[in-house]
Amino acid sequence: MALRALVGVKRVIDYAVKIRVKPDKTGVVTDGVKHSMNPFCEIAVEEAVRLKEKKIVSEIIVVSCGPQQCQETIRTALAMGADRGIHVDVSGKDYESLGPFQVSKILAALAKKENVNLVLLGKQAIDDDCNQTGQMTAAVLDWPQGTFASEVKVEGEKLKVVREIDGGLETISIKLPAVVTADLRLNEPRYATLPNIMKAKKKKIETVKPEDLGITLTSRVQILSVEEPPQRQAGLKVETTEDLVTKLKEVGRI
Amino acid sequence: MLRIVSARSLSRGATSLLQRFQSTLVIAEHDNEKLIPITLNAISAAKRLGGEVSCLVAGTNCSKVAGELSKVQGVAKIFVAQHEAYKGFLPEELTPLILATQKQFNFTHICAGASAFGKGLLPRVAAKLDVAPVSDIIEIKSSDTFVRTIYAGNALCTVKCDEPVKVFSVRGTSFEAAPVSGGNASSQEAPPPSPAGLSEWVEQNLTKSDRPELTSAKVVVSGGRGLKSGENFKLLYDLADLLNAAVGASRAAVDAGFVPNDMQIGQTGKIVAPELYIAVGISGAIQHLAGMKDSKTIVAINKDPEAPIFQVADFGLVADLFKAIPEMVDILKKK
Repeated sequence: MALRALVGVKRVIDYAVKIRVKPDKTGVVTDGVKHSMNPFCEIAVEEAVRLKEKKIVSEIIVVSCGPQQCQETIRTALAMGADRGIHVDVSGKDYESLGPFQVSKILAALAKKENVNLVLLGKQAIDDDCNQTGQMTAAVLDWPQGTFASEVKVEGEKLKVVREIDGGLETISIKLPAVVTADLRLNEPRYATLPNIMKAKKKKIETVKPEDLGITLTSRVQILSVEEPPQRQAGLKVETTEDLVTKLKEVGRI
Repeated sequence: MLRIVSARSLSRGATSLLQRFQSTLVIAEHDNEKLIPITLNAISAAKRLGGEVSCLVAGTNCSKVAGELSKVQGVAKIFVAQHEAYKGFLPEELTPLILATQKQFNFTHICAGASAFGKGLLPRVAAKLDVAPVSDIIEIKSSDTFVRTIYAGNALCTVKCDEPVKVFSVRGTSFEAAPVSGGNASSQEAPPPSPAGLSEWVEQNLTKSDRPELTSAKVVVSGGRGLKSGENFKLLYDLADLLNAAVGASRAAVDAGFVPNDMQIGQTGKIVAPELYIAVGISGAIQHLAGMKDSKTIVAINKDPEAPIFQVADFGLVADLFKAIPEMVDILKKK
């Protein structure tokens, strides 16, 4: 059976950037800061493309929720091999309060509308560090979930998913349609080549509003403040291993 | 319109009432043999909320764990759900059970430890309750206000959650473990299961080790790319054995195949806060620091004096680890 895949991608501050908290404690500085695709989303896109190359997936629809700039993130996914994009336009106040709760409803609505049978997401976004959207999307759809996947195999009407759990690995078998969230070790995402970036410009990105999907973006979770974490005090350099052991004994750690 | 207003003021009145009658359900994590320690940290967090604390134990074999839990200080009630359907603790099967329990007892809060188990399960429960969950909290300010970290621990975010039911996961290292004696909880059967049949547990491959468990160890020795090979990790195991420490790793060490990925410490791996953290051959990337910078004492051993790890280390030794670690082992053996 050929699967139709929906892949969610998020535009976040680049993972290598040292973030700065705004002086008014309302959030972190995002203006003029380098953004890119959330690393876990890249892995989800790569997995979808590999499944397409194996002729298991017939079409990859990539979706991102947020302001206009999300289209660049969608283009990146298109350059990696996704077929078409959907930009769910959310901006201003709605974007500030946009979280997994809202995104999961949007993704579930799109999964139904586009008649997909596999939703692939990253296990977490490196900005909010929530690790919720995939699980919540699966719940809204009443589909099974294969979270923290490090291996995905299609076996007939089922997916065999190897999951990264605390003590090691776990294998589960889930019925399709299903939601899978990618862990770091699922694959190594490819770089988009220049010809593919050019080709991606011709691929279609459809823009929709949450209202078009019948979703109202209310939030009952409010951010009261965003602050710097306590800074550690500058430490001491020791000269020899012996000094190190002595110091650790002095402070009672060994 | 009028009706909406009155309903709102009513619910506001109800909120203040609820604060006096809070009740929290902690989803116990266990392996059918024993309780997983993070559950005890979640119980402590639940106690902070002030109301009654109940625990739900679901699995294929619950009696031992329920017995253990009944002695944990601060637990008033235990709900036991023993059934083959709970094999592998699949969220598709546990969610309907939690919803049925919630329907019967109307908890104001539902929580679990922020482990792979809790992270996989709670958002599914929250979505079914149509509420937004709060992940990996490090502090409880009041019954509806929580602190959590964002951006790999580089910012603290205080959130107010106005959901009718607060669903949250608890960072184990931020709350003390509840004492495992002195409690006297009553036990009752949970609502019967309604198997969903969407998923099936196949097998598990756990990394076996005699060393303490990483997230609760008092001392952690951790290796990075600087170790150069999996064999060289033996140096760290030798040191760890002398210190009764757990051994962790950076992502670089995991990706290079030196050690299995369940040893990874960081934003996407495990979060540890031991009394002593010894980082060996680890540069100290943002993503690694996210997993260990709340350790009480941090030691860095690295030959690069510019390595960012030295900015968070209490004690830094600029040296070749292949010389320093065996030296340290020798010194410790002598004492």
